[in-house]
Amino acid sequence: MKYAVEVHDAVVLLDRFPALAGLSLRLRTGTVTLVQGPNGAGKTTLLRMLAGLAPLEQGSAIVLGNDVATQQRQVRASVGLLSPQTMLYDDLTIAENLSFWTTLAGYGDVDMGAALERVSMAPFADQQVVTLSTGQRRRAAIAVVAIRRPRLWLLDEPHAGLDQAGRDIVDGLIADAVAAGATVVVASHELDRVRPLASHVATVAGGVVHAFETVGDPGLTVDDDAGGGADSA
Amino acid sequence: MSTTLTRPSSTASEADVASTGSKLTRVLGIASLVGLAVLLLLAFVFTEPDQRVFDRGLDLEPLLTGQGDAVRLLYVHFPVAMVTYTAFSLNAIGSIAVLWKKSMWWDNTAAAAAEVGVLFCGLTLATGSIWGRPIWNTWWKWGDVRLMTTTILFLIFVGYLAYRRTMTDSQVRAKRSAVVGLIGAINIPIVYKSVDWWQNRTLHQQSTLRDRAIEDLTLFSMIFGMVVFLVIFAWLMVHRFRIGWLEHQIETVGLEAAIAERRAQTSAAIEDAVTDSRASAGSGPPPKTGMN
Amino acid sequence: MVATQVLPFAMVILILFGLALDADSRTLRDLAPGLFWVATLFASVLAIQRSVAVETVSSTFEALRLSGAPAWKLFAGKALAVALQLLAIEAVLALGIIVLYRSSFEDPVLVVTAALAATVAIASAGSLYGVLAVGMGVRDTILPMLLLPIMMPVLVGATRAFGDGLGTAALDGWTWTGLLALLAVIYATAGALAYAVVIEDT
Repeated sequence: MKYAVEVHDAVVLLDRFPALAGLSLRLRTGTVTLVQGPNGAGKTTLLRMLAGLAPLEQGSAIVLGNDVATQQRQVRASVGLLSPQTMLYDDLTIAENLSFWTTLAGYGDVDMGAALERVSMAPFADQQVVTLSTGQRRRAAIAVVAIRRPRLWLLDEPHAGLDQAGRDIVDGLIADAVAAGATVVVASHELDRVRPLASHVATVAGGVVHAFETVGDPGLTVDDDAGGGADSA
Repeated sequence: MSTTLTRPSSTASEADVASTGSKLTRVLGIASLVGLAVLLLLAFVFTEPDQRVFDRGLDLEPLLTGQGDAVRLLYVHFPVAMVTYTAFSLNAIGSIAVLWKKSMWWDNTAAAAAEVGVLFCGLTLATGSIWGRPIWNTWWKWGDVRLMTTTILFLIFVGYLAYRRTMTDSQVRAKRSAVVGLIGAINIPIVYKSVDWWQNRTLHQQSTLRDRAIEDLTLFSMIFGMVVFLVIFAWLMVHRFRIGWLEHQIETVGLEAAIAERRAQTSAAIEDAVTDSRASAGSGPPPKTGMN
Repeated sequence: MVATQVLPFAMVILILFGLALDADSRTLRDLAPGLFWVATLFASVLAIQRSVAVETVSSTFEALRLSGAPAWKLFAGKALAVALQLLAIEAVLALGIIVLYRSSFEDPVLVVTAALAATVAIASAGSLYGVLAVGMGVRDTILPMLLLPIMMPVLVGATRAFGDGLGTAALDGWTWTGLLALLAVIYATAGALAYAVVIEDT
């Protein structure tokens, strides 16, 4: 599959407000795209739409070969969304959360220990989520996303709330994901941190993509036909 | 009676007024008023009160039974009840259509039918209660099948309308209220049957139309009453439907404007973002920009 | 959780009824089926509201949608959880009416069967309405208004069945239990089907 994400003129409404106002975007498989833009630009909504959570009022979006409008379940099952909320049950332990979410998603054999090791949260496996700090919860949430090995990673402000070690973990995970052939989209304000990792940068404002550029060092797999772009008109 | 809304238009000189009135509603409206007047005359002037003489034989005084003047209320109560069931049936059909065909037209119809239905259901309960007071000697009779069912129906659809009010996204609202409306509808026969078993009797009059004792004018007035109220129902439905449809159109027009406004948002902010990204990239290939 | 909040609430209702009605024990015995089920219905509204609220705290509802699990499984999970809580509450209420209202269980099989059927119906309908009452722009305070009128046949059926089972009324409790079973099937099916409608979009 050449393009992991193909969006055409997407309009997404949040309570009658057009968070996305005719957004178009194409992302090649195996790339890392930084989504930047001012607050309220529609970055979070874009990620949620790609995850199949926000319905399209107009336009179309194909994610990993699935149509967001008609194949929501397949879309949701194939992506991994890291959102600002933890998406964990407070009164369960990390291990219980991991177990619940993987079973629900239909994953039989998962190595929870390895997943927790990856985010350095193994010692806290049996602690209730409500007792953890923000950064620790973030790490636990990352583990839940990572354990699914999604083909498309949608990371919304992944570094927020994490200490230096945590941020390095996130960077490492992004690199691992790309090495495994997955596609990564990162919405972030931490431009200094994410730009070096990215192969493309999309600038979003006013609910549309205003600029799409190819960046990063030539060592990253980027074709001469410079990947996806914001279609004009 | 019609509701007028001014559609946003670019030409200020032409006042583009959208109204829910039309030739159809004027005809229906006049028919309703005239019909209602005639019905009231029939009900309260021309028909006889229900006096029956029960001959007890021997030398006992014959007993005057029958409903007396209270029966006049039935000329209104009976048709109003019919309209209620018609309205809620229409809502059920609309709900199915919304879930099956995803039709906003049917959602609008279902909503209009529910509103008109609640109005007529309230009237049914009120007229029924007023009728019941002299007849049953009580305002309310627990265990009367039709009273219980109609009351639950009323509550279900008041809840339906309240629920619709809590949602602003019209697609979401259409689907969810269709679910609520349908479950409400399938409940009705269940409620009816369970109350029927519960009490195994009803104080309600058995089917009036089959009663031989009803004379011609009474029968005619009953049927005429049904026709009149169906006309009133149609009249209200047309207006209410059109109001809903106009609201729907305003939303669509408003959406286009909102999208345009959103896209035009702060070009200054974009400039900042692009400058930031250039600054942190330092030297590099000139950015390829594709504008939407 | 359930034990510390909803259970005591149900018991308090029983006690309040006893105080408010100021009746002799014979009347309370006769009223016990009705009071039992009214208390259960009120408690069920609380239990359902809680079951819905727990998903909104950390956006776990979104995570449930994201998991890609089929809607009917999510429905079954929720309904089962609510049903188990209700059964626990009913068990305590049963003790309550024995102690407070001097009820006696003449036909325990009938009572238990009726309670099971009614509980499935309440939990199913409640879970469906619970999820309808959550999400963008909807408040869960609408839940009782939507749920309780629908529960009217369940209330009628369950109290009649209990009337027979507790020996306070000369009725055919098993016919009523049949109705309850039918309602349980209807709501379980409707819930599983309708859950998909709600899960698909916001």
